[in-house]
Amino acid sequence: MTDDRTGVRGPADGAAPDGTAPDGAAPDGTAPDGAAPDGTAPGGDTPDGAAPGGAVPRGAAGLPAARTPAATAPGAPVPGAPAPDGRTAAPTPPAPRDPHAPRASRGGVSAFGSLSKVMVVAFLRDRSALFFVVLFPLMFLVLFGTLFKSASSPHAKVAQVGPVAVVDSLKGPARDDLDKVFTVTRMPDEAEALRKVRKGDLDALIEQDGSGTVVLRFSAADQVRAGAVQGVVNALVQQANQDASGRPPAYRLRSAQVEDESIKAIQFFTPGLLGWAIATGAVFSAALTLVSWRKKRLLRRLRLAPVSAGAIVASRVGVSLLTGLVQTAIFISVATLPFFGLRLTGHWWLAVPLVVCGIIAFMSIGLVVGAVAKTEEAANGMAQSIVLPMSFLSGSFFSMDDAPSWLKGISEVLPLRHLVTSVQSVLTRGGGFGDALPTMGGLLLFAAVLTGIAWRLFSWEDA
Amino acid sequence: MTAAIAAEGIRKRYGDIQAVDGVSLTVESGEFYGILGPNGAGKTTTLEILEGIREADEGRVELLGESPWPRNPRLLPRIGVQFQASAFFERLTARETIRTFASLYGVGAGTADTMLDRVGLAGFGSVRAEKLSGGQAQRLSIACALVHDPELVFLDEPTTGLDPQARRNLWDLLRGINAEGRTVVLTTHYLDEAEILCDRVSVMDHGRILRTGAPAALVRELDDKVRVSVESGVVGADALREALAAAGAGDVTVEDDGTTLSASTRTPAPVLSALAERNALRGLEVRGATLEDVFLHLTGREYRA
Ligand SMILES: Nc1ncnc2c1ncn2[C@@H]1O[C@H](COP(=O)(O)OP(=O)(O)OP(=O)(O)O)[C@@H](O)[C@H]1O
Ligand SMILES: [Mg+2]
Repeated sequence: MTDDRTGVRGPADGAAPDGTAPDGAAPDGTAPDGAAPDGTAPGGDTPDGAAPGGAVPRGAAGLPAARTPAATAPGAPVPGAPAPDGRTAAPTPPAPRDPHAPRASRGGVSAFGSLSKVMVVAFLRDRSALFFVVLFPLMFLVLFGTLFKSASSPHAKVAQVGPVAVVDSLKGPARDDLDKVFTVTRMPDEAEALRKVRKGDLDALIEQDGSGTVVLRFSAADQVRAGAVQGVVNALVQQANQDASGRPPAYRLRSAQVEDESIKAIQFFTPGLLGWAIATGAVFSAALTLVSWRKKRLLRRLRLAPVSAGAIVASRVGVSLLTGLVQTAIFISVATLPFFGLRLTGHWWLAVPLVVCGIIAFMSIGLVVGAVAKTEEAANGMAQSIVLPMSFLSGSFFSMDDAPSWLKGISEVLPLRHLVTSVQSVLTRGGGFGDALPTMGGLLLFAAVLTGIAWRLFSWEDA
Repeated sequence: MTAAIAAEGIRKRYGDIQAVDGVSLTVESGEFYGILGPNGAGKTTTLEILEGIREADEGRVELLGESPWPRNPRLLPRIGVQFQASAFFERLTARETIRTFASLYGVGAGTADTMLDRVGLAGFGSVRAEKLSGGQAQRLSIACALVHDPELVFLDEPTTGLDPQARRNLWDLLRGINAEGRTVVLTTHYLDEAEILCDRVSVMDHGRILRTGAPAALVRELDDKVRVSVESGVVGADALREALAAAGAGDVTVEDDGTTLSASTRTPAPVLSALAERNALRGLEVRGATLEDVFLHLTGREYRA
């Protein structure tokens, strides 16, 4: 035992209402096995402050040390009445009082610190939690980001058989524009090319017959692409006719795709999947900590330690915030990789306070689940059946724009919906405080209400 | 001087079960106090009410001069509690567990490690708490209850599941703690343990305290017969009975089961001298009443819930 033992008594003595000094009744190795080497063991309590050294408990109780050594196994040490005289010896001076106050407050901080540490360690050692909270959502981001990367610009593959003047004549920028819409591959065999179009390997076949007619044969399997290719080829033919006429065109059309200016798949998926990931982490961490600590009687044990409920809650919230912010950082880093190409706009950092408020709101859901559920399995099921539907309805996985209005109405009351919308706005659409602050306020209000409900349903132990 | 614990008429009911039915007890400061009783007697419930984690339906409890209910933060650093079933954090090693509990009380890691050593778990510091054997977990749980140097220690069946070595080492530890002036209250099913450790015991059943006193006093009070036994074959049962009757030895029951000749009596002297005269003392055993006899006498022999 080391010097910090003196610190041990700090909170205790500070907390003693009557300020009784420990009487230091067992100053040195009075234990039969000499197992208490230091002199700081508190003696029997003497609240009335009487006879600091004279607290001879056994004597006071009027009880002879009635022991029956015969019942002990041979070889087991049987100390008799344990050195009663040792106990009365050398009272230590009462510990100075003033240093106690600051120590008591340090106790609160250290409880917060050590409980936080416990949760971080438990989380890091829980492989499946790590996977589901951190890796799993990230996999979705990578998967969706990759799958839908090209979906925004339908790129067609066209086979060219023989010379086609309108295509062959294109040079420089005009040719680049064409390549953006479709790739032209030259193929010698018409029958083979046709077969590929039928199978869907190619989108269209282009050739020119002797009369100068450009023939485009396409499959209707992908009508969008077929339409796009038809439109482009038609435009090319018109252009060529116009050029052949030698007159400047009277009208011109310039078209631009809106998606390029506004929303790419990654811009939609990053906030959506991030919201889902954060909701999952926060709801589960709060619910499962509560249930498993209650079931393991840890809550009960902590209630017997000088630890405030505030320190327990604060450490849980702190650790969940930490995990959530790490998730956010990973998400944004991955999404902004050139491969996925997320471009952040002006006040994107407002996503951080938004995520913080979101985590607090989702933890309050977890608290309600944890207060109601009796077992980890029940908590798991309840949490999942809240988080998943909420994520779907909040547009985490696909846009709710086309949803029926009653579904949109439901989604309006979900905290995740507002978090996703606001994060999307500040992250990728140049939104600012006006988008973030109302949502943050709403999330915190939601958290306050649900925490209140959880508190009413909460119990420290199974009945 | 205030008693460490003073309880007066505590009652607790769970539905139809009256778990604690008017328990009053006083534990002096520095005393080693035992609560004995069959399963379901209400020991754990009584302890929980004393500790202040369960509210009594009726009655008054004072712990170190203060009321433990509702949760009294001034008392918490002064008491140490070990639950009947251990309560550890998930995925922490034994050392991390005790250090965590220590830090909740503002106690340093060094003290925590020393305590781990004291319960013989120094070599298991890096084993996950949930992977410890039953007895090791029990010891860790006790170490966690003692790490902050409490004045008053509650132990609910601390030696259940321990092997004989661990049990005796723990006895030494508990005696040491008690010798330092700490008050210890424990429940146990092991009567020998109560007899060896406790200054006073209360025998409890059906939520009531049936008898309280020093173990030796309770045994004496029972005034039970002494059983004298020797190897059979040297003296016949009938011969001994006759000899004793001739000597006017009074109420003696003599039996011979083929291996052991035994005589039960309240006055063993004539039996012993009769056996000695016949040189029939081989394998002599004299067994007086123990706390176990007191216990069985008070609580009966039927199974309990
Ligand atoms: N939380 C509870 N809810 C309902 N009944 C309970 C509860 N706790 C204890 N009981 C009942 O109260 C009675 C006393 O239980 P208690 O745990 O105090 O007994 P015990 O003496 O500690 O028994 P054991 O030796 O088996 O530990 C038992 O009949 C038990 O079933
Ligand atoms: Mg019990």
